[in-house]
Amino acid sequence: MRVALMVTCINEALYPRTGQAVVRLLRRLGVEVDFPQAQTCCGQPMVNTGYLDEAVPAVRTFVEAFAGYDAVVSPSGSCTGSARHQHSIVARRSGDADLEAAVADLAPKVYELSEFLVDVLGVTDVGAYYPHRVTYHPTCHSLRMLGVGDRPRRLLESVRGLTLVDLPGADQCCGFGGTFAVKNADTSIAMGADKARHIKETGAEMVVAGDNSCLTHIGGVLSRQRSGVRPVHLAEILASTEATVDEAAEVDAGADAEGAAR
Amino acid sequence: MSATFVGMPAFPEAAREALADSQLRYNLAHATGTIRDKRAKVVAEVDDWEDLRVAGAAVKETALRDLERHLVRLEETLTANGATVHWARDAAEANAIVAAIAKDHAAEEVVKVKSMVTQEIGLNEALAEEGIAAWETDLAELIVQLGDDLPSHILVPAIHRNRAEIREIFMSKMAAAGRPAPDDLSDEPAVLAAAAREHLREKFLRAKVGVSGANFAVAESGTLVVVESEGNGRMCLTLPEVLVSVVGIEKVVSRWEELDPLLRLLPRSSTGERMNPYTSTWSGVTPGDGPQEVHVVLLDNGRTRALADEVGRQALRCIRCSACLNVCPVYERTGGHAYGSVYPGPIGAILNPLLKGVGHDDQVDSLPYASSLCGACFEVCPVRIDIPAVLVDQRAQVVDAHRNGVPKPEAAAMKGAAYVFGRSSRLAGLERLTGIGLGLARRVGIAAWTGARDLPDTPKESFRAWWRRTDGGRRKEHGDD
Ligand code: SF4
Repeated sequence: MRVALMVTCINEALYPRTGQAVVRLLRRLGVEVDFPQAQTCCGQPMVNTGYLDEAVPAVRTFVEAFAGYDAVVSPSGSCTGSARHQHSIVARRSGDADLEAAVADLAPKVYELSEFLVDVLGVTDVGAYYPHRVTYHPTCHSLRMLGVGDRPRRLLESVRGLTLVDLPGADQCCGFGGTFAVKNADTSIAMGADKARHIKETGAEMVVAGDNSCLTHIGGVLSRQRSGVRPVHLAEILASTEATVDEAAEVDAGADAEGAAR
Repeated sequence: MSATFVGMPAFPEAAREALADSQLRYNLAHATGTIRDKRAKVVAEVDDWEDLRVAGAAVKETALRDLERHLVRLEETLTANGATVHWARDAAEANAIVAAIAKDHAAEEVVKVKSMVTQEIGLNEALAEEGIAAWETDLAELIVQLGDDLPSHILVPAIHRNRAEIREIFMSKMAAAGRPAPDDLSDEPAVLAAAAREHLREKFLRAKVGVSGANFAVAESGTLVVVESEGNGRMCLTLPEVLVSVVGIEKVVSRWEELDPLLRLLPRSSTGERMNPYTSTWSGVTPGDGPQEVHVVLLDNGRTRALADEVGRQALRCIRCSACLNVCPVYERTGGHAYGSVYPGPIGAILNPLLKGVGHDDQVDSLPYASSLCGACFEVCPVRIDIPAVLVDQRAQVVDAHRNGVPKPEAAAMKGAAYVFGRSSRLAGLERLTGIGLGLARRVGIAAWTGARDLPDTPKESFRAWWRRTDGGRRKEHGDD
């Protein structure tokens, strides 16, 4: 099986550790994952803001970069949803029948990480170790657009050392919503503040989700409140083992020191 | 009534005011939370809920596909039943028809069943200009009217008010509108309801003309249907000599049986009840019983425009249950007034642009963006309107409508992003991507982000650069990655 990693533009620029975690994790599970260099962005920022023409080049690049793979895996429910549900709209509007056909062929092969692990690889215990108390926030797009259901929870429940605490109002949107976060900043922040309050109520050390964009927003609010609760991507927990936690702790300590100095 | 939605600011600005009102936010969070839980409980009782949703959507969809034929049939059957059918292209025409009927009967006041469509056309204000007082008889509607306020919810127009505020409104305003509130009025719900009952009874018995909307109209039998909880609507429908029903053309269904899924979906979705307390149906005139003169005004007011919209037309399936409002995280924080329309929340965010058209009013153009696209509205909608998909399509229409004008900074940023995302060589790693992100942020306003949120630190190396340097982690590296 030829598997490609769609790392997403946010992860590429801001969270390389998430992409690296996916690579480590899949390799540990015996899957060789390729990173097609031609990939850029799924086009979602443009589509969701109404700039459909501007999304055409991104969609074109997307299908060219990933054509020929049996599966495309992404650590983002939102970008997976974009490829599966929005690319066809962009392609149809472009009037390019070949692009439409390529999108229709590729879309069903794009998987969000937890879907790929559970449905394609058939595993829920990925052999991870993560000795922390975490709470899980299901992001809207993974929850409703993709319907990942309890897959992320099942994966987390199988992680040794991990304590999973329920998040009150878990399925309420965190308020990120792409450009919504700046176009309707006040409402977005009000939603983020409520999400942060619920997260703090759990007493968890970390909030985990399958999308770094939502985590940027949630983490941004938590950090501004000096809450001490940190955002972490699902992939990084699943990739973690006894061997890596010590190393990660060192990195985190460094990051915290940097944060405090800021 | 002087309160009006006309001239409201665009959503972000109106929302800011609402967000600053902590009493309002508390009232809303509490009320929507309660209805939300009630709905979820009674919906879970129905095993075939998903099938019902599909059936409900299908009924409305088939009716819309053949709308003209059904409407002509409806006119025939209503006329045969003794009703007079009027057609109104827009609000002004509809208002003029109702005013003329009231004047024909020298009526200085009319009593009203709660109706979204008469609010949509501003009937009360139009009648007031003709010297005719229109009295709302629905309890929540009465609170809004007496308070010289605007409705903030489709089903619970006074959702933003708590009972202390309601008592205050009754005490200070009832006397001027008719029977005053009793001196010893408390804020107990039962006491407040009793005061409203006394106040309204006088009006029911006095008024010669009643005005209603309809939840559904059945073409084959010429029947209009109103569902309600209080029974006040039934009084309006039966006591006055003359009844005028204003009905949006999208309310028609073909056959009586087709009401079945709709009447099962509606109460559970809207009030979280298994069955609504009152379902009234009327078909023209029955000699010696009820109104002896019945008029039906079939209203377009933008509906054929909406119907012509390939993606958006599904919004005409809406049965105004308000479930989408109650689950919407944006509505929960801002309330209904921020949407600047009698149709607030997710359905309002798509319906207003569809009925009014985009590209000529900033307030209307702001509505498709008043959503985080979380999808909760689609999940609960009993007739499966894919609101997020329509929102995205409407955003595209807003952007397209402005393509020939002076480009906004946002448009320039998107164009730049389109160029860079067209080829990975143009992207060339972290510096470029961060540059785009920052450029975009600057153009839409970085302060909007950092006002209450920190930004993450940028890493030293992008994923792509790491992959190249280490051959995707296969080459052992020094130091941390
Ligand atoms: S859009 Fe759907 S959920 Fe919202 S009011 Fe209409 S029928 Fe109800």
